[in-house]
Amino acid sequence: MAKRELQEINAGSMADIAFLLLIFFLVATTMDVDTGLTRLLPDIPDEEDQTVVQVNKRNVLVVLINRDDQLMVKNEFGTRVDQLKDITMNFFLNPTNDPNLPEKEPKDVQFPPGSSSLLPADGMWSGMVSKGVISLQNDRSTSYKQYLAVQNELVGAVNQLRQDFCKLYFDKDFDDLNMNSPVEKEIAEGIRKIYKMNISEAEPKNIGGL
Amino acid sequence: MSKFKRKKGQGAQKINTSSLPDIIFMLLFFFMVSTTMRETEVLVGVKPSEASEAKKLEQKTLVSYIYIGRPARHLQATYGTEPMIQMNDVLVNEEGIPTEAVQDFVLAEREKLPESDRPKMVMSLRIDQDIPMGKVDDVKQALRRSKALIINYSARKSYDEKGR
Repeated sequence: MAKRELQEINAGSMADIAFLLLIFFLVATTMDVDTGLTRLLPDIPDEEDQTVVQVNKRNVLVVLINRDDQLMVKNEFGTRVDQLKDITMNFFLNPTNDPNLPEKEPKDVQFPPGSSSLLPADGMWSGMVSKGVISLQNDRSTSYKQYLAVQNELVGAVNQLRQDFCKLYFDKDFDDLNMNSPVEKEIAEGIRKIYKMNISEAEPKNIGGL
Repeated sequence: MSKFKRKKGQGAQKINTSSLPDIIFMLLFFFMVSTTMRETEVLVGVKPSEASEAKKLEQKTLVSYIYIGRPARHLQATYGTEPMIQMNDVLVNEEGIPTEAVQDFVLAEREKLPESDRPKMVMSLRIDQDIPMGKVDDVKQALRRSKALIINYSARKSYDEKGR
């Protein structure tokens, strides 16, 4: 019996099918960015009771952006955006306990026991935590680009402080801490308590130009 | 010189196109992997910004999008060139603080989430680089009133010169 010849599938239309699918995906999808800077907005008090919290002047770093995208940090005009990160880090750290920089208060933070060679065996960190707060205010005509750049630097400063602490005590990267592991989650929460993201935004108003 | 037959040029050589589908499939897989299905048509022009501290959004299901920018070219006749707010498919045409529209939007998005996830709802703000902060401040005030406090400024992650 003669063997039947294998039927060959005509693959000439494969390219057409592929083109159709490609055009469908080109049209129906978008290359969206799904990264961003997460921030927390302050709550609006229910009753408009204007209780002003008394904050010591030395504990507040005032950052203003005017309508020409110029910065004014702590009454110093013309600060550049790339200087902001160092200024902020110095503000929170206050290594020399400068009386013009924020006060510090003693705080105990519990870390997992034995997780760090620099901590006592029970994992309790006792140290001074800064009371500093950053107050950011922008004008209505400030460009969003500048506002975001400033936010980026402020958030970057706090992130850097957290990272340095994490690296020093636990030899890990703060961003790589796994939230699903209870040990690493406790470490992350502890570091967040020591270096809080104390960036508050004042109620908007018109600062105007120079 | 005579051992090997010299092939004279027989006219135009045919290009072998049998690998064309493979190339197209590769392109197709690239697009399938790197894109997301477009849910709403963006009616305002938004140029994404860059920020070195940008992080990935954790759970996409908890995210709602608000776009702020100037209207797209084909809509400029109707709406002009002032920056506008777009939530889902609707352009907000209000003056001043758009509290009403934002509250409705926040409530609608909240309804779509299960009870336990509602406090974790994130508002992703996709804002064009060049627009003034006035509209953004209005939206933030309206979001505060609607108790949608977790916001995310959409930005590509940028790497500075040191590669950090």
